[in-house]
Amino acid sequence: MNAGTVTPAAEQALPRRRRLGRWRPLQSPGLPLLATATCAVLVAAAVLGPWISPYAKDSVDLANAIAPPAWQPDGTAAHLLGTDQLGRDVLSRLIAGARISLAAAAAATLLGGSIGVAVGVVAGYIGGLADAVAMRISDAFLAVPFILLALAVVAVLGSGFGNIILVIVVTNWPRYARLVRSEVIGIKHRDFVTLARIAGVPPARIMLRHILPNTLNSVTVLGILDVGRAIILESSLSFLGVGIQPPDVSWGLMLADGRTLLGFAWWLTTLPGVVIVAAVMSFNTLGYWLKARLDPRAGA
Amino acid sequence: MTPLVDLRQVSVTFGTSQGPILAVSAVDLAIRPGEIVGIAGESGSGKTTLCRAIMGALPDEARLSGEIWFAGTRISGRPVAEIRRLWGREIAMVLQNPMTALDPLYPIGSQIDEMIGVRFGAAALPGRALEILRSVHLTAPELRLRQYPHQLSGGMRQRVLIGMASATRAKLLLADEPTTALDATIQEEILVLFREIRDRSGTAIVIVTHDLGVIRRVCERVIVMYGGRVVEDGPTEAVFTAPRHPYTRALLESLPRIEGEEIVLQAIDGQVPDPSELGDFCPFSPRCRLAREACLAKFPGETRVTGAHRVFCWAAEQPP
Repeated sequence: MNAGTVTPAAEQALPRRRRLGRWRPLQSPGLPLLATATCAVLVAAAVLGPWISPYAKDSVDLANAIAPPAWQPDGTAAHLLGTDQLGRDVLSRLIAGARISLAAAAAATLLGGSIGVAVGVVAGYIGGLADAVAMRISDAFLAVPFILLALAVVAVLGSGFGNIILVIVVTNWPRYARLVRSEVIGIKHRDFVTLARIAGVPPARIMLRHILPNTLNSVTVLGILDVGRAIILESSLSFLGVGIQPPDVSWGLMLADGRTLLGFAWWLTTLPGVVIVAAVMSFNTLGYWLKARLDPRAGA
Repeated sequence: MTPLVDLRQVSVTFGTSQGPILAVSAVDLAIRPGEIVGIAGESGSGKTTLCRAIMGALPDEARLSGEIWFAGTRISGRPVAEIRRLWGREIAMVLQNPMTALDPLYPIGSQIDEMIGVRFGAAALPGRALEILRSVHLTAPELRLRQYPHQLSGGMRQRVLIGMASATRAKLLLADEPTTALDATIQEEILVLFREIRDRSGTAIVIVTHDLGVIRRVCERVIVMYGGRVVEDGPTEAVFTAPRHPYTRALLESLPRIEGEEIVLQAIDGQVPDPSELGDFCPFSPRCRLAREACLAKFPGETRVTGAHRVFCWAAEQPP
């Protein structure tokens, strides 16, 4: 039994420090629920973007440039979150940015995850030289600083949606490979794998049917945590000008565009910033909550 | 009759940083088709290593010497892949812990199908899984096919695993402590299954256990191991009623007995020998009441008590 079963009266009676020590936000439904709702809103915005956004992301209206959000003095209900220096609607651009940012993050996570899982399963199951080689290569990838690698890729291949995904994949697959490899080494000595091997089940089939599915719990957790990380990476690249290029929109690009006007048009940087923080925190919370739920040792 | 498994002077050593460790020394052993044999011994007696040698599943750091013949073909000294191909299908295994021997992610039926499919091809599948569950007397077999391992008890899972092992029509079934993880009432039912399988398909069954009660109930022949050596080998009845090796005698005396109102537990003095200190002498001699100089000088040769009952002891001639 845990903190959740303590009655409110008893809770009050506890000294303040004890209460803080027992504070486990992931065990109450509130925070995970909030995170799930935020993720759902963001994903819905990304999917439904063109149908729900009030304006086109690049419809210029110079007469209404730099309009503050609706609740400010001088704000207008026509532009709920205000407009930028070209009079483009911030809400519409955030929605359009959700589409690009989440698509890039999801694609990079799926692709990097698939590569990493494949490498991890094979390396862990076969072991020996194959394992050593795969792990040293992943070490090498993990050792390269991300921004340096990103700049190098952009310098050689140019920027763009595909190349951003490539850069993120290059940095995230080794994380999956290492996680899955360590899981596989534990699973391959379990009795059901031994019996399958003795019965003559081919190695490829053992890996696909018995090893891989048994690693999916932890891969799912890492994947969800990684979506948050990929959003940060994509935003950083776009902010530095080597990621998403105009006329496309991403949250990081909006931050960069509004930067010079921070003094008198705070909403151009603050709002995309808030959205990035909300998105990353929600995906992380969801990931940690799932981890606590799926891992029996975490005692959730 | 050609023995199914024939071990000739088989030794297994493990190379460790402290030097080689002798796990099994110079074992001569033949197992005939259709026999139910129990290998008895304490932990560290070499019984599991001997089994793994028969399986061709020794760990990489183990070195095998001597010869292993299977159904008239010499298999020792061949590459592992070839050994597996030659006789991987002729041997099936039942492991100690039925809780970990099934993949938790698939229903029972699908796991049986996979094994049958690999062994006999997809054409053999229809109805076979159900037939297998019936053969091991599982209740509600149609339901079990759709259930996941966590929905079955340990005894039910061990039945499933024994059914799967016997369905391969292997010539040899190796069972490593098959009843240790089960409670006593289930043990009896599982042991009956082994007899049924042998009677039905003539499979030779080797049961490795430290539980002499299991051997007495189901095995026709018992092999007693100590310190990596076979010390006594013979028909269960003969060995249990007239043990000739001092270790076997001590082992049987150490079974808890009820005398009047008291439960008597007779322990063997001393400790199991350190495997790094074994050599060409009787490993039991430091704990043996009958030990003499010869015991420390050389491991004794075989003494035939009767045709099938043999003992390895310098004091074998001495009446008990």
